[in-house]
Amino acid sequence: MLDPTERLLLSGDAAVARAALDCGVHLGVGYPGTPSTEILEDFSKLGGNAEWAPNEKVALEVGIGAAFGGAAALVTMKHVGLNVAADPLFTVAYTGVPGALVIVSADDPGMHSSQNEQDNRNFAKAAGVPMFEPSDSQEAYDLTREAFRLSHKHQIPVLLRMTTRTCHSQTVLRRAAPIRITEPGAYQRDIKSRVMIPGYARPAHRRLRAKLAAIEQEFTGSELNYVVEGDRALGIIASGISYVHAREAAPEASFLKLTTTHPLPVALARKFAAGVERCIVIEEGDPYLVENLRAHGIPVEGKDEGYRFGELNVGLVRGILAHAPAPEPATPRGRPPQLCAGCPHRTVFATLARQNCIVTGDIGCYTLGVLPPFEAMDSCVCMGASIGVGLGLRHVLPPEEARRVVSVIGDSTFVHSGITGLVEMAYNPPPTGHLVLIVDNGTTAMTGFQEHPGTGKVLDHSPASKLSFEDLVKSIGITRVHVIDPTEDMRAFSDLVKACLDSGELAVVIARRPCLLAERKQTATERAAASQSCTP
Amino acid sequence: MKPVTNVIIAGVGGQGVVKASDILTEAVFRAGFDVKKSEIHGMSQRGGSVASDIRFGEQVLSPMVPPGEADFILVMTEDEAEAVESQLKAGGTLLTPESLPGYIDEDADADEDEETRLRLRCMNVALLGGLSAFLDIPDTCWREALCANLPKRAWEFNGKVFQLGRELVDQ
Ligand SMILES: Cc1ncc(C[n+]2csc(CCOP(=O)(O)OP(=O)(O)O)c2C)c(N)n1
Ligand code: SF4
Repeated sequence: MLDPTERLLLSGDAAVARAALDCGVHLGVGYPGTPSTEILEDFSKLGGNAEWAPNEKVALEVGIGAAFGGAAALVTMKHVGLNVAADPLFTVAYTGVPGALVIVSADDPGMHSSQNEQDNRNFAKAAGVPMFEPSDSQEAYDLTREAFRLSHKHQIPVLLRMTTRTCHSQTVLRRAAPIRITEPGAYQRDIKSRVMIPGYARPAHRRLRAKLAAIEQEFTGSELNYVVEGDRALGIIASGISYVHAREAAPEASFLKLTTTHPLPVALARKFAAGVERCIVIEEGDPYLVENLRAHGIPVEGKDEGYRFGELNVGLVRGILAHAPAPEPATPRGRPPQLCAGCPHRTVFATLARQNCIVTGDIGCYTLGVLPPFEAMDSCVCMGASIGVGLGLRHVLPPEEARRVVSVIGDSTFVHSGITGLVEMAYNPPPTGHLVLIVDNGTTAMTGFQEHPGTGKVLDHSPASKLSFEDLVKSIGITRVHVIDPTEDMRAFSDLVKACLDSGELAVVIARRPCLLAERKQTATERAAASQSCTP
Repeated sequence: MKPVTNVIIAGVGGQGVVKASDILTEAVFRAGFDVKKSEIHGMSQRGGSVASDIRFGEQVLSPMVPPGEADFILVMTEDEAEAVESQLKAGGTLLTPESLPGYIDEDADADEDEETRLRLRCMNVALLGGLSAFLDIPDTCWREALCANLPKRAWEFNGKVFQLGRELVDQ
């Protein structure tokens, strides 16, 4: 039985997982990405049904199918993952779902571990899906449940927008009694809602806008958005993590706390703004609230452009309120991360540096090959881009330059979005050929050692069908395929890279050697499992 | 409302910063405070800087210690102090290995002497012991927090270094 007075101390990610369990989520599916990764890991540990998909687009599609079948589905990803999943997102907003579908987008203002700091609140508006923004773990818990309730009630996908601080901060929360939102039964056919040919999609778009209008009404009267009465001289509108920073920076002010930031409860904001002398929006990232409130004719003050960059904190909010110019970007304190001593990626980049290659890189631990002592990377755009970018360079550079181009991609990244690049390579080969190096360390190391189809294990590390990279590459039509351990004989590895580059043909080298830390972690876990449990 | 207490624990990956902050957070949580802990993690590789903010009191709003308002800063090695010192408020306390005189035997060689090696490895818990001398948190809460966050075989030694840190700290 649930003890309503029991206090828990949980991260925002763990709170989402707990809430998913407490409202009967049937399937959690996603692709790892900091700071979202722990949601599904925790959900699985709690006994939830969770899986890693090859990438975010597939994850969302699986979630859509589950929700079409009447189930409650949770789909998780980091902010850039939603770019990959944007195609299904924009259209599932039209189709709607009979079950319930909640998508977590974990944004990373300040880019603690990301390649950009895009503000995914813009996606909610662009796709036309309702959005909730929690300020702490209690709200992450409550709003996850609320998001599933709303999704099922209005048959619409809902976005739960978190940020690094709400995902990774631990705060106190209390659970609520478990509920079940929806149960799958016999398949209910609904062609006109789910088959988006133009004739059916046109009315579906109108249905979506009508749903959003009804939801805006609901949000305007909802307790989720509330006013904290204070001094009328200063009124602050804020949501998410910015709200707690602002409450602390200006404890005397009046507040409109917005929890539902799409569709905006416009009438509520208009009334609040009219009742205070100075009305200012405090928000991290893009001027999303400011622009949208102003578009409705609500006169609100925003922040100086300099505050768009990075995270906010209490000090910065004080600066915004005082019209102080944004401080110069702080030089990151302390040391940057480095490839671990003994990391197999080290040999690979030492070799590429020595052979003076032009390296189109990709995202993972191996991106650190860009740092000294290697400095052996020339580009890194998004997951999977190494192959396409390498091919583009090969197509246009003079032949003697083109021959130096190598694409380097990790194993998890290859499965995520490298396969189609390889198909392009076989289909439109550059005149000088090309070399793709798959640095296969047998794990998704960067984000904390998750499994993927190439490891032959699923999320909870139990065995599964294993994708063979060498067979896949051959079936695409590439004949020069080599598997080698780059650390065993550095000379042999170096010679192989040179031979492939000199051949002028299409080649794939799979540099296979397990990640050192993952191996250590695995032996430690096995040892712990073997020894007796030691909970006090 | 009473002001919140702000603690920052800093070091590089692998030194037990996250573990120490977990223990402190759990101890104040068990003591009944509102508490928020915020840290940036996500990179698996070793060696990068790690810092954790822990704030507790009657009610905590922001999970991040406002710039220059730390009451206590714990650093795992002397050379990490410089990077975070500016976060300390006037009159705040910086706890470094040097704050625990005699904890490490200067003449001992960590490669040879098992006790010294273990003490160095448990610097995070020794510094927490030092911190505990300044905070009004019941002993039982500390002990439960230590046990909940460490494997059973490590309880005894960590209990000892915690107590040592508490006694050695120069207040
Ligand atoms: C679209 C997208 N999803 C997720 C991430 C987060 N992410 C960065 S690298 C990476 C995978 C790294 O694994 P792998 O390619 O095997 O390289 P390793 O870190 O093991 O060297 C992930 C999941 C991202 N940057 N972009
Ligand atoms: S975690 Fe693994 S892949 Fe990443 S740097 Fe360390 S050894 Fe290399």
